[in-house]
Amino acid sequence: MTRKRRRLYFLGLFMLGLGTATALALVAFQDNLVFFYSPSDIVTKQPAPERSLRIGGLVEEGSVERGGAAAGKRVEVRFRVTDLQHTVPVVFSGILPDLFREGQGVVALGKLGPDGVFRASEVLAKHDENYMPPEVAEALKRSGRWNETGGQRK
Amino acid sequence: MHRFANPARFLRMAAAVLPWSAALTVGCLGAGLWFALFDSPADYQQGETVRIMYVHVPAAWMALFVYTNLAIASAVALVWKHPLADLAARAMAPIGAAFTALSLITGSLWGQPMWGTWWVWDARLTSVLILFFLYLGHIALANAFDDPTRGNRAAAILALVGAVNVPIIKFSVDWWNTLHQPASIVRIGGPTIDSSMLTPLLLMAFGFTFYFVSVLILRIRAEILARKLRTLRFAQGEATA
Amino acid sequence: MSARIAEFVAMGGYAAYVWPSYALTAAVLIGLLWSSLRALRAREADLAREDGRGESRRRDRSAS
Repeated sequence: MTRKRRRLYFLGLFMLGLGTATALALVAFQDNLVFFYSPSDIVTKQPAPERSLRIGGLVEEGSVERGGAAAGKRVEVRFRVTDLQHTVPVVFSGILPDLFREGQGVVALGKLGPDGVFRASEVLAKHDENYMPPEVAEALKRSGRWNETGGQRK
Repeated sequence: MHRFANPARFLRMAAAVLPWSAALTVGCLGAGLWFALFDSPADYQQGETVRIMYVHVPAAWMALFVYTNLAIASAVALVWKHPLADLAARAMAPIGAAFTALSLITGSLWGQPMWGTWWVWDARLTSVLILFFLYLGHIALANAFDDPTRGNRAAAILALVGAVNVPIIKFSVDWWNTLHQPASIVRIGGPTIDSSMLTPLLLMAFGFTFYFVSVLILRIRAEILARKLRTLRFAQGEATA
Repeated sequence: MSARIAEFVAMGGYAAYVWPSYALTAAVLIGLLWSSLRALRAREADLAREDGRGESRRRDRSAS
C-alpha cells in the first residue's frame, strides 16, 4: 500500500512540475504565439515596415472598394480593418474567401508600407462562434437583439 | 477499482455492454446523419458547409476525450500496476489517433472554402497536430520493445507528459488570438448555436462516443487474448525445454 | 424530384468539401471497426489452435 501511495505522490508531483513548467514556457513565449496583431497593436507597436506580419480585426462597414478590371485580371480590393478603436487600410489583389464580408472578421498576411497602408498577400476570413439559420438571424435583427460584434472578443 | 482488475470479470461485463453500445452507435449515428444532412438548416453565414461541423466537431471532441481516458488509464497502470489499464491504453490509442486525423482533415475541408486556406499554424490547429503525433508516438512506443511491460511503461509516461496538451487545445482559442473561432458549446454563458443545429451535433457526438465504447471493448478483448497467448506460448516453451 | 436531389447533392456549391468529409469519416470509422474485428478473430483462432495443441500434448503424455 505504501509503495502505491509513494508512486501516486510521485506522479502527482511530476504532473504538477510539468504543468508549471509548461505554463511558464507558454507565458515566456506569449509574444511569439500571436497569430495576428490587432490594428491597435499596429498603431502602438509600430512594426518594422518590411517585416511580414498578420493583422486581424473586422472589415469596417462600407469600407470595401473593388477596383475596376482595368488593373489586369486580378481585381484590386481596398478595405479597412478595425478593432473599433483603430483602423488600418489594406490593399489586396487576389481571390477573397467566400466568408469575406463587411462587418465580418478577417486576418490578412502582408507588410505595412511606409504610408501606413497594409499590403496584403493573403486574406483569410475569420468567423465567430455563432451558428444559426438565416431566418433566426433575420428575426434577431428585426427585434433589435442583434449584436454585430457579438462574436468578437475584446 | 480492483473489481475490474480481473480480466474474466471485465470480459463478462463487456459482453453485457457490447450489444447495447453497438445498438446505440447505430441508432445515434443514423438519427444524427438524418438531421445533419436532411433536417437541419444551412447557416446564415457559412451556408451548407456548416454540415461539415457535424462530423468535424464530434471528431475533435473525441480526440480530446479519448486522450483524457488514455492519460487516466496510463496513470492507473503506473501507480496501481493494474493489469487491464495497460491493455486499455494500448487499445485506445489507435481509436484516438483515428478521431484526431478525422478532425484535422475535415477541418481542412471546412477551412478551405470558409477561411480561404487548408491550413494555418495558429495555436488551435498546431496543438491538435501535436495531439496526433502524441497518439502516433504512443502506438510506436508501446510496440517498440520485445518486453511488452517496458513498452507499456514508456508509452504511459509519454501519455502523461502529453496530457498537458489537452487543456492547451481546449483553451488555445481563448488564450491566444487564432484563426479558429472560440468555443460554441462548452463555454461560459451557454451555447451560441441554434437548437436546430445542436440536435444533429449532439446526436453525432453520442454516436461517436458509443462507437468508441464498442470498438474499445473489441480491442481490449483482442489485447487480453494476445496476452493469454503469450503466456501460453511461454509456458509451453518452458515445458518443452 | 430529380431537381431537388440535384440541389441536395450540390450542397449550395460546396459539394466538393461536404461530401468528402462525410465519406472520409465513414471510411475511417468502418475501416477501424473492421480491422479491430479482424484482429480479434485472428487472436481467437490462434488461441484455439494453441489450446488444441496443448490438449493433444497432454493427452499424449497421459497415454504414454
